[in-house]
Amino acid sequence: MLGFILRRLLIAVPTILMISMFVFGMQKLLPGDPVLAMAGEERDPATLTFLRQKYHLNDPIPVQYAHWLLDAAQGDLGISLRNNQPVAQLIEEKLPVTIQLSIMALIVALVIGIPTGVLSAYRRNTWVDWISNVFALSGLSIPNFWLGIMLILLVSVRLGWLPASGYVSPWVDPLKSIETMLMPAFVLGTSISASLMRHTRSAMLGVLKSDYVRTARAKGLPEKTVLVKHALRNAMVPVVTVTTLLFGELLGGAVLTEQIFTIPGFGKLVVDAVFSRDYAVVQGIVLCTAVAFIGMNLLADIAYRLLNPRMRNQ
Amino acid sequence: MSAAATDIATLPKRENRAWKKLRANPAALFGFVLVAFFIIIAVAAPILPIDSPIKTSWSAIRKAPSAAHWLGTDDIGRDILSRMIWGARASLLAGVISVAIAVALGVPLGVAAGYLRGWTDAAISRMTEALLAAPFLILAIALAAFLGPSLSNAMIAIGLSAMPVFIRLARAQTMDVLTEDYVESAHAVGVGPGALVWRYILPNIFPPILVQATLTIATAIIAEASLSFLGLGQQPPAPSWGSMLNVAKNFLDQAPWMALWPGLAIFLVVLGFNLVGDGLRDALDPRDI
Repeated sequence: MLGFILRRLLIAVPTILMISMFVFGMQKLLPGDPVLAMAGEERDPATLTFLRQKYHLNDPIPVQYAHWLLDAAQGDLGISLRNNQPVAQLIEEKLPVTIQLSIMALIVALVIGIPTGVLSAYRRNTWVDWISNVFALSGLSIPNFWLGIMLILLVSVRLGWLPASGYVSPWVDPLKSIETMLMPAFVLGTSISASLMRHTRSAMLGVLKSDYVRTARAKGLPEKTVLVKHALRNAMVPVVTVTTLLFGELLGGAVLTEQIFTIPGFGKLVVDAVFSRDYAVVQGIVLCTAVAFIGMNLLADIAYRLLNPRMRNQ
Repeated sequence: MSAAATDIATLPKRENRAWKKLRANPAALFGFVLVAFFIIIAVAAPILPIDSPIKTSWSAIRKAPSAAHWLGTDDIGRDILSRMIWGARASLLAGVISVAIAVALGVPLGVAAGYLRGWTDAAISRMTEALLAAPFLILAIALAAFLGPSLSNAMIAIGLSAMPVFIRLARAQTMDVLTEDYVESAHAVGVGPGALVWRYILPNIFPPILVQATLTIATAIIAEASLSFLGLGQQPPAPSWGSMLNVAKNFLDQAPWMALWPGLAIFLVVLGFNLVGDGLRDALDPRDI
């Protein structure tokens, strides 16, 4: 197992290097001189020279890249142009908000996605299956920012049940925090639940046809035991992998969800950075999400091995 | 002539069987109808008897749907029906062109990786993994930000973000086809690499690519709407469903219809492509699950 983890970590190195090159290259594609933007209105020649030296802008591009990469590896992602804060610190501040939103959305997705997937596989080709499939397909086709707008219209504007925007930290007021996050989490969770339902359904269909389920039934075990202990447990192996991989979708969806509900998270940070041309922040975010995603992939592989006894000894 | 020869002659071709299966699938047919409807209105936009999508009218600000304006008017008195119809052009164009970019770049790279193997494969595969590691929408937003906000840049950003999926698929399918007996025999009789790719590999990897492309159009349309919603796609005053929603969210209380129609249209056209894609997959997949 340890050898496997090490091997996977080694494979991740060239991928991360490649991403860092993309991210660095993006900035080099930009027209204009970043130093002019940083120096402000006065453009004092001494300041310009100082900044050029500081950011190694007089060096050849590969050397600039090496400096940038070394800094990034030590957690220095540069300084935000907009508010003069280190990018790493900005990300650190906003990330917990998005993590809270993602966890709540994932709970919504699991609670909706897995039971409907199991039921629809178990009652294949009945009206239950049909309704679940319509639900999943609609969930995949509905733009989640529109779903958010419609929910605000119905639940906040018309009914006045939940606040339309804002954020309260769970450390300040846990109940209020959950209340403000409920609608955003539901919006983000439904789109994820649709893919989760589809994966659960197809995994369950495969498992329900297997010999061990037939044997369990032949032994006379109660149907519920067969379904939960024998079928679901095995069907969960691929579903766990898929859930870790849905992380990317969660982050992408969070960008829009946070924009609609004005939640001060990671997604709002990237959109604000895009509009204020704060490229260091955009770069930092792409790099961080990519590295996190590779980490999630690694976890998915490990979980797959741990959950699937047939893989353990390979 | 033996009976066997006649049998082979009368056996329906794979395309015909797929077509039959597709026609017997009501969900896929419904998807076709939805997609066709939006294509027709998008193509016919210039000849339809509707107002100009950018003509403002100060006497008709935020009017609810009526006989004069079937879907109502927006915050500066533009006819929403007309903006919806012209917006269909932006959405469909963005969906089709960005997927065309993804296929045009991704399939050759994938076939090259799968056919040449070795270092080419290693380099292309690492690049694909790197691109796949950044979440699709975040990558598209970052690319659109660096390229500058416009509809064509949004298409390029979405196309590049969708490309890795096609590289992976084309690579896997190519390696699959290469193990087939008929490819080995073609090799044995001296068919060159160019002809092999053109006559044997491409036609055989076409069905799964077509399915993936159809489903990716659905994703790309949502991505374009998302970018335009954020202000990174179609620029005002040109209409796009995403940017219409962006404006509409400020008038939810006074003019809810402004938010209703564009979202509904995105939902229906994306549903259409998803249904067609699912139907194509069922029809073309030899394994019947």
